[in-house]
Amino acid sequence: MSKPRPFSQFFRNNGKVMGSIMLFLVLFWIVVLILLPQLSMLDFSFRHNLPPSEVGGPKDVYTLDNYKFLLFGAEGSDSRFNTVDLQVFVRTIIAAIAVTILDLILCYPLAYYLGQSKGKGITRLLVVMLIIPYWINEILRAFALRIIFGDAGLINDVLLLLNLIQEPIDFIRADVALYAGLGYAYILLMLFPMYNVIESLDRNQIEAARDMGASWIRIHRRIVIPHAKPGIASGMTMVFMLSAGALAAPQILGGPSSLWFTQLVYQWFNDSLNWQQGAAYAIVLLVSSIVIVLTFMKIFKVNMGDIGK
Amino acid sequence: MSVGVGVNLENLWIRFGDFVAVRNANVNINGGDFFSFLGPSGCGKTTILRAVSGFLDPSEGRVLIGGNDMAGIGPNKRPTALIFQNLALFPLMKVWENITFSMEVKGASTAERRKRADELLDMIALEGQGDKLPSELSGGQKQRVAIARALCAEPDVLLLDEPLSALDLKLRQHMRTELREIQQRVGITFIYITHDQGEALTMSDNVAVMRAGVIDQIGTGHEVYDRPATPFVASFVGENNVFRGKVHEISGTQALLETNRTGLLRAEITPAAIGKLNVGDDAMMFVRPEALAPVGATVPEDKTVIPATVLNEEFEGNSYSVFLEGAGGKEIKMSLPNLGQDPEASKGSELSLTYDARNAVVMPAGELASE
Ligand SMILES: Nc1ncnc2c1ncn2[C@@H]1O[C@H](COP(=O)(O)OP(=O)(O)OP(=O)(O)O)[C@@H](O)[C@H]1O
Ligand SMILES: [Mg+2]
Repeated sequence: MSKPRPFSQFFRNNGKVMGSIMLFLVLFWIVVLILLPQLSMLDFSFRHNLPPSEVGGPKDVYTLDNYKFLLFGAEGSDSRFNTVDLQVFVRTIIAAIAVTILDLILCYPLAYYLGQSKGKGITRLLVVMLIIPYWINEILRAFALRIIFGDAGLINDVLLLLNLIQEPIDFIRADVALYAGLGYAYILLMLFPMYNVIESLDRNQIEAARDMGASWIRIHRRIVIPHAKPGIASGMTMVFMLSAGALAAPQILGGPSSLWFTQLVYQWFNDSLNWQQGAAYAIVLLVSSIVIVLTFMKIFKVNMGDIGK
Repeated sequence: MSVGVGVNLENLWIRFGDFVAVRNANVNINGGDFFSFLGPSGCGKTTILRAVSGFLDPSEGRVLIGGNDMAGIGPNKRPTALIFQNLALFPLMKVWENITFSMEVKGASTAERRKRADELLDMIALEGQGDKLPSELSGGQKQRVAIARALCAEPDVLLLDEPLSALDLKLRQHMRTELREIQQRVGITFIYITHDQGEALTMSDNVAVMRAGVIDQIGTGHEVYDRPATPFVASFVGENNVFRGKVHEISGTQALLETNRTGLLRAEITPAAIGKLNVGDDAMMFVRPEALAPVGATVPEDKTVIPATVLNEEFEGNSYSVFLEGAGGKEIKMSLPNLGQDPEASKGSELSLTYDARNAVVMPAGELASE
């Protein structure tokens, strides 16, 4: 019995030259485009924000100050913790989870329908109709949503016209527009992985379960969802990561009082010109998001390898 | 054996748009029978089974199970269990969970389910394999798990859609016997679908032979094999030599066929065609390879003689297949039992073939099974 050897297998499948080129490109991508920039950010986050003249000087040493600031705020402030920023952080994470769940609830029936419906022609048309709005750029889409949800926007107009409400509802302040915008922005990333796995489910399994008397709820709980788990996990991971790290939608659709954590990061980089502090904030967001995703994957027994399916 | 639940199809039509998949099927299946639908690929076998199990509504006609009209009753409410063409085991559930899924649906406890699973695993000779996943089983084992899963639901009627088609020959033959045994043990009605005539003949009490949505004949294996109702059945079930011609004379249950190239041939009129065959009609005569034999020195006077030249001879173990050329290039196949010595039908030798007219059938001309 020989152990499986993925690399020699890989080279055998792709040939020596093509295999090397592919391997090199992937490594290049990982190292130069992902690892190096992130490492320099990590490095930044442990340094003082010094004027250019002092960079490399005796004061340029590693420090935890940037991280301390997020937790405890400026030295000598009256509260023990940096409640303002921490609240934004927690709210961002919770809101991102909420957006993820919202997308999951919206996409599951749709993915099931698309994946298991027999009329392939109609399915393809539906998928195209879902993709086309994504040709419109993100900013435009966000502003369009802002207009629709505005005081004199389409939704309020219709509700007023139907006499369902007397006063326009402030959807922006209530963060409805924000949730809708974020949910909409990444919904396809939830839909497609789920659609793919559900499409690969043998319809006979559903019928076999039905033949044995299973209700629709049980069929979904025992057959469809377990089969779709990798797709669900991969979709949820992407939607969560991207909404937690979104900037345009919160900037445009967020209510006046609701800051997204990325907006704080942005402010540190751009307004305060304190890249070190900004990097620390961004790293905290990244690491927390990863930890959250891994925790959920552990709870729901999803393997990392399944997500790539 | 308990008296099982019968199934009746009455004037059953199934259409997909303009396409007619099943055309006016009338079938009475007795309770406790092993009943097979036999037919080539695409003739509508699965479609009939889906109508019986409730996944498909008939366009016209009725499906009765145990005398009750099944219209409007869903697959989860019918006393049937379907074994799918591809088995459709649940790959993420262990074998015992698969087998007892129907009990899970009814809310049985894990202990009950485990117990029942063990009993069924014993029955299918897979003791102690309940904690495996289906992917860890061999083809034949999966097969048996699918049967156990269907039986666990305690159906009155078990529907099997070519469950053996994915297995290799040896295993298929073994599973045939096993399926038949299981059926006799549990005593419920089996409706079995296959395009393999050997399977249908060995296992079934009754066989329905289908052709492009139409049921040509229903009968025992013997009837279907020895007294085919149509040229299609005669040529689809087993091997047959076909001779075309016109009816020359009818005498009792036999007819004399006048062929262009082979002369006059006598054969029994197949029961389904009695009264339908008139002198001068286009007709077909079928005689099986094993019904043919070379004549000895003398020819019994009531027997027909077919002169032919040997083209080739193949040794098949239990028999020899002899391929011959009759008058005008007519291809003829003869099968001789292997009795320990070569039949000496060497290539090029001239033979006179004969057969007993009672072992040949004649019927109105019609479509043959394409091969
Ligand atoms: N849902 C459907 N829509 C349209 N046509 C269908 C549908 N299901 C089956 N058919 C057609 O009905 C005919 C019979 O199909 P069926 O599946 O019953 O064949 P079968 O006898 O089971 O063949 P096989 O031995 O290959 O399984 C085929 O020509 C098929 O194309
Ligand atoms: Mg079929």
